[in-house]
Amino acid sequence: MTDTVLTDPGLSDPGLVRDVDTGNEAGAGPPAHAPGPPVIAPFSVVPVRGLPIVAVLLIGLIVAISTNSLWALTFFHVGGGGLWTSIDLFLGLIIGPILGGMSVQARVEFTTRFMPKMLLIMPTLVAMTLGAGFQLARHLGNLNAAYPHHAWLVTSYVIVGIMAVIALGLLEPANLAVLFELKKPRPNGERIGRLMKVFIYTAGITGVMQIATIVIMTFLASR
Amino acid sequence: MTTAAETMPPGAGPDEADLRQHDLPPTARLGTLTLALTVAGGIVMAANYGRHPSLSAPIALAAAAGVVLIVNVALLSRVKTFAWTVFYRVLGWALLAYFVIAGILVFVFTYDHTPGHELALFIVLLLLFATDVPLILAFSVARWQPPPEAA
Repeated sequence: MTDTVLTDPGLSDPGLVRDVDTGNEAGAGPPAHAPGPPVIAPFSVVPVRGLPIVAVLLIGLIVAISTNSLWALTFFHVGGGGLWTSIDLFLGLIIGPILGGMSVQARVEFTTRFMPKMLLIMPTLVAMTLGAGFQLARHLGNLNAAYPHHAWLVTSYVIVGIMAVIALGLLEPANLAVLFELKKPRPNGERIGRLMKVFIYTAGITGVMQIATIVIMTFLASR
Repeated sequence: MTTAAETMPPGAGPDEADLRQHDLPPTARLGTLTLALTVAGGIVMAANYGRHPSLSAPIALAAAAGVVLIVNVALLSRVKTFAWTVFYRVLGWALLAYFVIAGILVFVFTYDHTPGHELALFIVLLLLFATDVPLILAFSVARWQPPPEAA
């Protein structure tokens, strides 16, 4: 195994270590090493094995839209939206604080396994929720300006719009930047910490905003 | 193996990438502004979907978003010391992903027989969206990567 030690041995704060031993796959369990500088196992920025699942979901979404199946549209909209909200809230309010209290090694291991998956999961859920939601609303006549609760629907557009700007302008770039930083031969721990904070906080903010969307959506569904 | 060059402690202070940030244009902020204008245009369009309102407001928002995007690209293209290889690699894949998402939405609007002018404006907004987000992503990654001569 060839390790690139990234810390001054004289410092008490452990740095990051690039594990370039290609035999040590990320996800193969915690590396057995003595206490010391954390090891970054090799990982893929985009988990290729997840791409077929994304493709199946997007094809399913297109089929749902083209057939105007009420069940399929509801499935993609409610299922996607529920998962989107749950993941955001769980990440921002539960995982974030837990992650902050973990060791550097544990945080590095979590990040290298978790963040690539988020890179596929979140855009897919957003596309499912919004694509199916728009078609569902059109199918049910809710998009029509004459719909009695049209103002509520427009309010939800505004909330989703703000969430989209936060997610695509801050959250996703932070996600990707962390992964590329961890790929460097000499990752900067402080920068990763800063970017992870952006990621966790923005996920929490969008999660809280999602609650407002759920309030509006359940209100509209019960009318 | 530990080399002298690799013993710099991470998180101990600004490194070369931090010092380079002052020389970079505000690409991420301008990109987010473009995104906000594009999303606002989309919201105005969606709020009036089904009736035939004046398209002046969304056209103005799309035009403003387009101008900011062009200025953003122009400013970024003037940067000499930058990790362009990483930038183009991320940009290419992100463009592919976001054009697929935009394509799905164009399919939805076309399938729904959205009237010609509104459809054209939706497509323009989606083009801006699908170009701007990859630009933000590629810049956000490449800004922290070493430029070729420093790599």
